[in-house]
Amino acid sequence: MADATGVLVVGQMSGDALDSTAAELLAAGRSVAGGLGEELSIALLSDSIDTAGQQAIAHGADRVFAVTSPLLADYHADLYLAALDALCRDANPRVVLVARTAEGRELAPRLAFRLGVGLAQDCLEVSVDESSKTLLANRPVYGGNAIAVVSCERTPQIAAVRPKAYEPTEADSSRQGQVISFPVELDASLAKTRVVETVREESEGVKLEEARVVVSGGRGLGGPDPFAGLEDLAKLLGGAVGASRAAVDSGWVPASYQVGLTGKAITPDLYITVAISGASQHMAGCSGAKCIVAINKDADANIFKEARYGVVGDWETVIPALTEAVRELVDS
Amino acid sequence: MPMAAFRIDGDARRVVPPANIPPVVNGFDENAVEAALRIKDKQEATVTVISTGSEFALDVMKKPLSMGADELVLLQDDSFDNTIDSFVTAQLLAAAIRKLEGFDLIICGRQASDWDNAQVPLGVAEILGVSCISLGKKVDVADGKAVVERIVPDGYQVVEAELPALVTVSNELGQPRYPTLRGIMAATRKRPTVWSKSDLDMDESQSESRISLRQLFIPVSDQECEIVEGDDAAESGRLLALKLREAKII
Ligand SMILES: Cc1cc2nc3c(=O)[nH]c(=O)nc-3n(C[C@H](O)[C@H](O)[C@H](O)COP(=O)(O)OP(=O)(O)OC[C@H]3O[C@@H](n4cnc5c(N)ncnc54)[C@H](O)[C@@H]3O)c2cc1C
Ligand SMILES: Nc1ncnc2c1ncn2[C@@H]1O[C@H](COP(=O)(O)O)[C@@H](O)[C@H]1O
Repeated sequence: MADATGVLVVGQMSGDALDSTAAELLAAGRSVAGGLGEELSIALLSDSIDTAGQQAIAHGADRVFAVTSPLLADYHADLYLAALDALCRDANPRVVLVARTAEGRELAPRLAFRLGVGLAQDCLEVSVDESSKTLLANRPVYGGNAIAVVSCERTPQIAAVRPKAYEPTEADSSRQGQVISFPVELDASLAKTRVVETVREESEGVKLEEARVVVSGGRGLGGPDPFAGLEDLAKLLGGAVGASRAAVDSGWVPASYQVGLTGKAITPDLYITVAISGASQHMAGCSGAKCIVAINKDADANIFKEARYGVVGDWETVIPALTEAVRELVDS
Repeated sequence: MPMAAFRIDGDARRVVPPANIPPVVNGFDENAVEAALRIKDKQEATVTVISTGSEFALDVMKKPLSMGADELVLLQDDSFDNTIDSFVTAQLLAAAIRKLEGFDLIICGRQASDWDNAQVPLGVAEILGVSCISLGKKVDVADGKAVVERIVPDGYQVVEAELPALVTVSNELGQPRYPTLRGIMAATRKRPTVWSKSDLDMDESQSESRISLRQLFIPVSDQECEIVEGDDAAESGRLLALKLREAKII
């Protein structure tokens, strides 16, 4: 077989369009492909690929593999995995990048094992050592308390990149690229799991991951009721409500509210934390926020080391006053 | 572990365990034990706990037994010290599971809170070729199937798979039970099965590291926090709003 070459990113779709995480991955992939002096390809999986291919080229892909089968119309880990495995064996990339989304959390490790190679998990930054063509991945470990720089010993070198770690590059519709059709034969019996029911449990209004403003509550709120107050503040600011794991574990809000390492990664312009101590695992989900505001009664809480503005005080007094003042500002 | 106690040895690329804080079972693995015991509460089942490592604190490892698990298998060998490489860990666990006399369901934690890899279980499922459901918050077994409520970003899904299967669980599963006095007594009498490398059927390539650690460091934050302070907490809250307006953030 010819030597492995190039970077392949696994691109997620939302509906018929390229998902924002795929555009982020293309930005990461461009820098790696540039360092290697090799091509950047993207794999798009569905029953048919239409406009997403051109979008991917506009965002930096040199080649688009339109990986298609009627069985790929909806995401199923077992089927997507079989298709990606086939593509990797055929296209023989040097580097594979996957977004560590809900889907990527399943696909990346399983793909690595299927190919018998290592995976650099949950990376914030990927680069290359140009002389050895080795992928270098920076990844938070120990709940974000430390950063490890790791490399993969086998080819393809696979990395899962944390969502929002890279900004998509501006789309340039004049860019040229090639769309290669890659139909795959899949057997429905490969799908070993079956979804029997889907239950939505999201906060009303703006989605947490997309909100420009997020107000999160922690254990210090003491119960579920104060979240209504945070909801009021968030609404005034056109934002969403989040929570720490302690608040989720206490059963005050559903798991879909959780921000952090094992919750959601958010990058709002304004992140207001209320009675949250700022554990590294929480900060792992919000370090990309442009401005963090902390309200906590303990002046020594770690959150004040990460915040831009802080109020040391009891939320029971601070939040109503803040909300009133914000209401006046918004109304005027 | 409190953040202040977190130290690394950058030259040796390892985390220095704090002297006076004893090791614990990974939190999500206690959830995994709990998930298994809830199944055993409802039906006939044998719960076997497996762990690999180069050394073990036996009293810590016996905690799942004192919670109600039946057996403990420790894969212990000086060469099993590479915890950053999920590939090798998964190969070891898969080899040990094959050596056991059959299984219906493997339950793992979603990730280990050292390297936060979240890979070993998915690897074990791949190696053994069994169905794989990740991020469970409720795990039931009925009619030869695993039925799992799994967490997705906007809620949860109910997913089923034929046995044998592998499921990973998250903290949303709920509090692990406390060991009972009877459980602790029973656990002290139980002896773990210990297997070393030579007891496991693995070829050379399966124990070759796939990942290498080049550097380990503690990130520094240069964030300066401006504390907004009024005469009282309510005043501080009002001033905060004005501050954010002034900075054109709201
Ligand atoms: C593997 C792993 C993954 C994890 N993943 C996540 C994750 O994704 N997200 C996450 O959030 N956590 C996660 N955690 C948990 C994390 O380590 C912390 O335990 C958690 O974030 C703490 O939540 P908290 O800040 O609400 O609670 P605490 O740490 O208990 O802090 C409560 C804060 O409230 C303040 N307070 C109390 N009363 C008041 C009052 N009246 N007014 C103002 N302030 C008050 C206190 O001063 C304190 O600082 C994870 C842990 C592990 C081990
Ligand atoms: N050394 C080990 N021994 C037993 N189980 C492990 C080991 N390492 C990882 N696991 C299992 O795999 C899960 C995820 O670990 P990791 O992939 O290392 O984050 C853990 O919660 C355990 O259930």
